[in-house]
Amino acid sequence: MTRDQRARSIGVHLVLIAYSLLAVGPILLVVMNSFKVRSAIFGSPLTPPDASTFSLIGYEKVFRSSHILLYYSNSLIVTLVSMALVLLFGAMAAWALTEYRFRGSTALALFLSIGIMVPIRLGSVAILNMMRSAGLNDTLTALVLVYVAQGLPMSIFILSEFIQQIPKDLRDAARCDGVPETRIFFEVVAPLLRPAIATVAVFTIVPIWNDLWFPLILTSSDSTHTVTLGVQQFLGQYITDWNSVLAALSMAILPVVVIYVILSRQLIAGLTSGAVK
Amino acid sequence: MAEPVSHVTAQMPRAKLAGLLLFFLGPAVVIYTLFSIYPLVATMALSTYTSDTSGARSFVGLANFQTLLGDALWSKPFWNALGNNLIFFVVHMCVQNPVGIALAGLLSLPGVRLKGFYRTVMFLPTMLSVVIVGFSWNLILSPLWGVASGALKAVGLGSLFAPWLGLESSALVTLSLISVWQFVGIPMMLIYAALLNIPEELIDAARVDGLGQFRIFFHIKLPLVLPTISLVSVLTFVANFNAFDLIYSVKGALAGPNFATDILGTFFYRTFFGNQLQLGNPTMGAAVATVMFFIILLGLCLYLFLVQRRIRRYAF
Repeated sequence: MTRDQRARSIGVHLVLIAYSLLAVGPILLVVMNSFKVRSAIFGSPLTPPDASTFSLIGYEKVFRSSHILLYYSNSLIVTLVSMALVLLFGAMAAWALTEYRFRGSTALALFLSIGIMVPIRLGSVAILNMMRSAGLNDTLTALVLVYVAQGLPMSIFILSEFIQQIPKDLRDAARCDGVPETRIFFEVVAPLLRPAIATVAVFTIVPIWNDLWFPLILTSSDSTHTVTLGVQQFLGQYITDWNSVLAALSMAILPVVVIYVILSRQLIAGLTSGAVK
Repeated sequence: MAEPVSHVTAQMPRAKLAGLLLFFLGPAVVIYTLFSIYPLVATMALSTYTSDTSGARSFVGLANFQTLLGDALWSKPFWNALGNNLIFFVVHMCVQNPVGIALAGLLSLPGVRLKGFYRTVMFLPTMLSVVIVGFSWNLILSPLWGVASGALKAVGLGSLFAPWLGLESSALVTLSLISVWQFVGIPMMLIYAALLNIPEELIDAARVDGLGQFRIFFHIKLPLVLPTISLVSVLTFVANFNAFDLIYSVKGALAGPNFATDILGTFFYRTFFGNQLQLGNPTMGAAVATVMFFIILLGLCLYLFLVQRRIRRYAF
């Protein structure tokens, strides 16, 4: 490497490091200070907690004055059930659209793709009316139904691309052996779609976990709040109690960060794969 | 999506094919139609009705839209929200895209180490909830905590500090930049992926001709990823004109100070659900949602008919 190249390489790394700091700095700052006593939060915000400033008082307050564990379990239930249904129904529809020739298949594909671009949020007034008249208002079921409808178009689009890449011989060989179509899908094709899960997760599952709008509109009682809404309301109430606020923020951040770090390789591969051309 | 289908399925009896289609497509089509398309249509239908105090609805045609655009009580906040939303979008386009392109360009340079690490770190904010991001920045920029003013003082720019989120003149731009900070990962990733897809021979040919990395980027790589940049722009447009969470979690439903940060999403929420100042009005809310729908549709059409066509013609 020549001196010129080395200088340039150092320059590139300096810019990337600077931006990385800008990206994680604020998150680190919040998480770090959530473990400190109040005086240290204000006195020396930039130093990590040490033996004299370490404190879990914020976390104690959050556990005492909010149903944070209930919010977590609500979010988990809603996200996991929605994810399972989005993947199952999405894969089934993607299979039918790519594999079978029938009249109107292009029109149907277009109809399904409306939902990729037009946000379902704009139908909120009617969604609330529907849920009220169906008696589903303020239930997790209402959230799941809306999220499945919201996630399906994108997942069908992504999964169709994956299904097209599966070699045709595989299914035709099974067909010649007289295997029924449903078994071809569930036993031959579906297992091959596992790498697509990460891509679908980035585009449909993460927005579900993070959503504020539909919980705000469709759930009114504390027992059906998700983490995002529960923490948002908690922050509003305890805005002057910095320990609690920082602790609540950290509790919303940490699970996402842990899962993200574990899965980041697959998630990023999913994001940069053929999903968006 | 229509691919040539193997002849095995082409020979299938029609009744059997119909059964299979019903089985495979049924659940997705029913849920999607019922909870996504039907509500959109029903909302538009509702926007042509009005309800009196007893809750009885009557058809009024386009009167709600006349009120929204013509009655000063409604039109002033509406145009204010639309104008703010445009500023919100312009800040995204002017900051998010160039920063995303620059980061993607640096990451795709040959021989840069730790790419995976940088990508993971830079994409992290995008994974978090907007509510959490908004509130965290709210604390950091707060004069009470003094982190932002302290950081500026440390580099000798202490006099520049102001409570940006609280000032009518700077609140909207500050919020836009927070949103840019969070979502810059998306253009970065998509453009990065597009840069990697450029055939190696093209770059090699340019290098043999004696072009430096800088000129290779601007003259060869950038024109080739223009379709991705326009896709990112249209994604940003739809997301911006439908944004709500950030403003609501930092500024509340009233989008203060003095509605300086009010965008269509918060205006829609207030109209629909009501707030301290007014009662919720579902039919007017439906009218606002319908207008938002047409604004987004307009953006999508512009993209499909103007931008995408032209790029195809000139770049490939």
